[in-house]
Amino acid sequence: MLSRVADSIYWLNRYVERAENVSRFVDVNLNLLLDSPEGIQQQWQPIILTTGDIPLFKERYGEVTAENVLRFLTFDANYPNSILSCLRSARENARSVREVISSEMWQQVNAFYLMVTDAAKDLPLTDTAALFQFFEEVKLASHLFAGIMDATMTHNEGWHFGQIGRYLERADKTVRILDVKYFILLPSVKDVGTTLDELQWMALLKSASAYEMYRKRGLHRISPRSVAEFLILDEEFPRSMRFCVCAAEQSLHLITGTPLGSWRSPVERAMGRLRTDLEYITIDEIIQAGMHETLDDLQLRMNDIGEKIFETFFALEPISDLAS
Amino acid sequence: MQFSEYDPEDFFDELFTRKGEPRAEALPLVERIDALTLPEVQRRHKAAQIALFKLGVTFNVYSDNQGTERILPFDIIPRIIAAAEWEELEKGLKQRIHALNLFLSDIYSEQKILNDGVIPTEIVFSASGYLKPCMGLKPPKGIWCHITGTDLVRDRDGRWYVLEDNLRCPSGVSYVLENRRIMKSTFPLVFNNMKIRPVEEYSSYLLETLLNLAPENILNPTVAVLTPGIFNSAYFEHSYLAQQMGVELVEGRDLTVADGFLQMRTTKGLQRIDVLYRRIDDIFIDPLAFRPDSLLGIPGLMEVYQAGRVAIANALGTGVADDKVIYSYVPEMIRYYLNEDPILNNVPTFLCWEPAQLQHVLTNLDKLVVKSADESGGYGMLVGPKATQAEREAFAEKIKANPRNYIAQPTLSLSRVPTLIEDQIEGRHVDLRPYILYGKEIFINPGGLTRVALRKGSLVVNSSQGGGSKDTWVVGT
Repeated sequence: MLSRVADSIYWLNRYVERAENVSRFVDVNLNLLLDSPEGIQQQWQPIILTTGDIPLFKERYGEVTAENVLRFLTFDANYPNSILSCLRSARENARSVREVISSEMWQQVNAFYLMVTDAAKDLPLTDTAALFQFFEEVKLASHLFAGIMDATMTHNEGWHFGQIGRYLERADKTVRILDVKYFILLPSVKDVGTTLDELQWMALLKSASAYEMYRKRGLHRISPRSVAEFLILDEEFPRSMRFCVCAAEQSLHLITGTPLGSWRSPVERAMGRLRTDLEYITIDEIIQAGMHETLDDLQLRMNDIGEKIFETFFALEPISDLAS
Repeated sequence: MQFSEYDPEDFFDELFTRKGEPRAEALPLVERIDALTLPEVQRRHKAAQIALFKLGVTFNVYSDNQGTERILPFDIIPRIIAAAEWEELEKGLKQRIHALNLFLSDIYSEQKILNDGVIPTEIVFSASGYLKPCMGLKPPKGIWCHITGTDLVRDRDGRWYVLEDNLRCPSGVSYVLENRRIMKSTFPLVFNNMKIRPVEEYSSYLLETLLNLAPENILNPTVAVLTPGIFNSAYFEHSYLAQQMGVELVEGRDLTVADGFLQMRTTKGLQRIDVLYRRIDDIFIDPLAFRPDSLLGIPGLMEVYQAGRVAIANALGTGVADDKVIYSYVPEMIRYYLNEDPILNNVPTFLCWEPAQLQHVLTNLDKLVVKSADESGGYGMLVGPKATQAEREAFAEKIKANPRNYIAQPTLSLSRVPTLIEDQIEGRHVDLRPYILYGKEIFINPGGLTRVALRKGSLVVNSSQGGGSKDTWVVGT
């Protein structure tokens, strides 16, 4: 498979997944705010902090207001990680590999893109109900894309590159969503265990589509520790970091032909190491080391894997210079 | 929706002989549309446009800085050609391609046609498409023009004329295939009742044409389509054809010359390419051999090509025959190489490099269409009758400065086809571009692309200037 093509399928999936997760991000915050008692100041700064793009935001908007943050993350054509930009990049990548992916995949990305550009034109950012509806549609469109890709494209090398892109992106963003609550919105000591606290954790789980699965897992009661454990270390939940890294590693080895559990290239080594760490570490160890610090470290390691994938297989500039 | 009010006026109409009298081959279609209400026809028309947009059958507009893609406006009333007439066209096109291929072969080797004085030597050597590095080239099986899209028009008297041969990389065939797909869902009943020749085999024939060029000792040759990239106006088509054939779509940056072969960069290292269907103009293809500033090409490709280690379609150098002065000699080529009379006519052409003809052109600028010899797509031309006096005077200066580069032709009155314009049916002018493949044999895809000038009275069918397209049906047995 052409390096450029593999690269584009990888980024196509990353961008679709990224758009979905930005929706989840903003969605969780809107939810949290709705449950906040009156008189408490709206918290929008944290969500920008977790994107790591606060300097860019400050430069372009200055003041952190709900509307500014929403515009930045959803429809800002000049911010490369806004939902609108993600879809534009996803579509550009898809367009450059139309002959490799299935027509159905192309049609879905194209329809998804048109849906988002229409919304960017018409949707008032002050209309919270409409925003919830929009984020729901973005999530659905992303799921539809993943399903179409699974059911219509040969599960060949290109498909596996797509899987790697999707799972790495998802792992990264699940961790970030957790970060929003755990680190940034860390409740003051007096709030721990209150109704408000529990509501916020439920909202968080729901935004990762994890609420029902969490309950079914036999954990029942909602505690910060268990929620974090579920989202980072669960073996079977498809948005947990561990699950995502395992899935990405499997695709990687199906591409290279190296047996799982061994490595022949730096990328296989880094991925295998991350996967085993996630398999054997406990949540207590994570809390001891510091939740935010651990999450930060995991993100750095995933970025490193991303770079190694590029060096090993692509070593060509991606179509969009928006890649980050 | 009633055709009864439709008036072909004083033009050759492709569907009607005169007001109220459809041609026999068009009758079932006319009756079907007559049976539908206007809102129903409009609904189907709209649905067809939306389907094309959703499929992403788009082209990019160079001058549009929004980078937006547009669909080529599509009209749901097809152009119909009777089978018997199509056979004549087929014969004429085959003859023409056959002669042009012999000409290209000759011009880059022995140059007999020049030595025998049939075509003036200086005309060939001064053509911008004539590429000296191609001298001595021996493309596989002696085929130069593998894929051609000849532009034909029909005048008021119903006679066909060849307007351009387009031997480099003609585009538009993807519209033919997608338009047909849309038409089948627009008028399914009509397809049931009329014997319309299918066009879907094109991609299979194209693949065969390309595989025909692969070295015979290679079991599974690698074929690739070379595109300038997603910003090219015809990118959709490049991608579409690669997809339909199941071959790689490559850009210059995917390719490199290594170990004496053309290779592409894959996730598992370099891989050889045996046949390249290039959709890049000759001079951009190798910065070492032609334009050093080309960023699209592959340095060293020409050498690999000359050594016969990669086949390229169309062969490099074919652009010489697209020169409009050389075009005017195609009838002579047919007589010279095939010893036959041309079946298809050229449009009568005045050559400005001949002093007597130049005078005629300059004094009759208000009646003629003047074209630049090395441009196409409606660029670099003057439509005399529609131009202002000032425009004509400015153009006359350009002609006098470089007479070799200009030809002139009488303004033809292009035939028309009924076209849905808002809430009524009006006649609009059309041309026709059939696609011709030169593989083991010469194959012509039935019909071709009908381009239609949607502006009332306009004769310019180019998509950049308000043109649209129609499906083309070859009907009958």
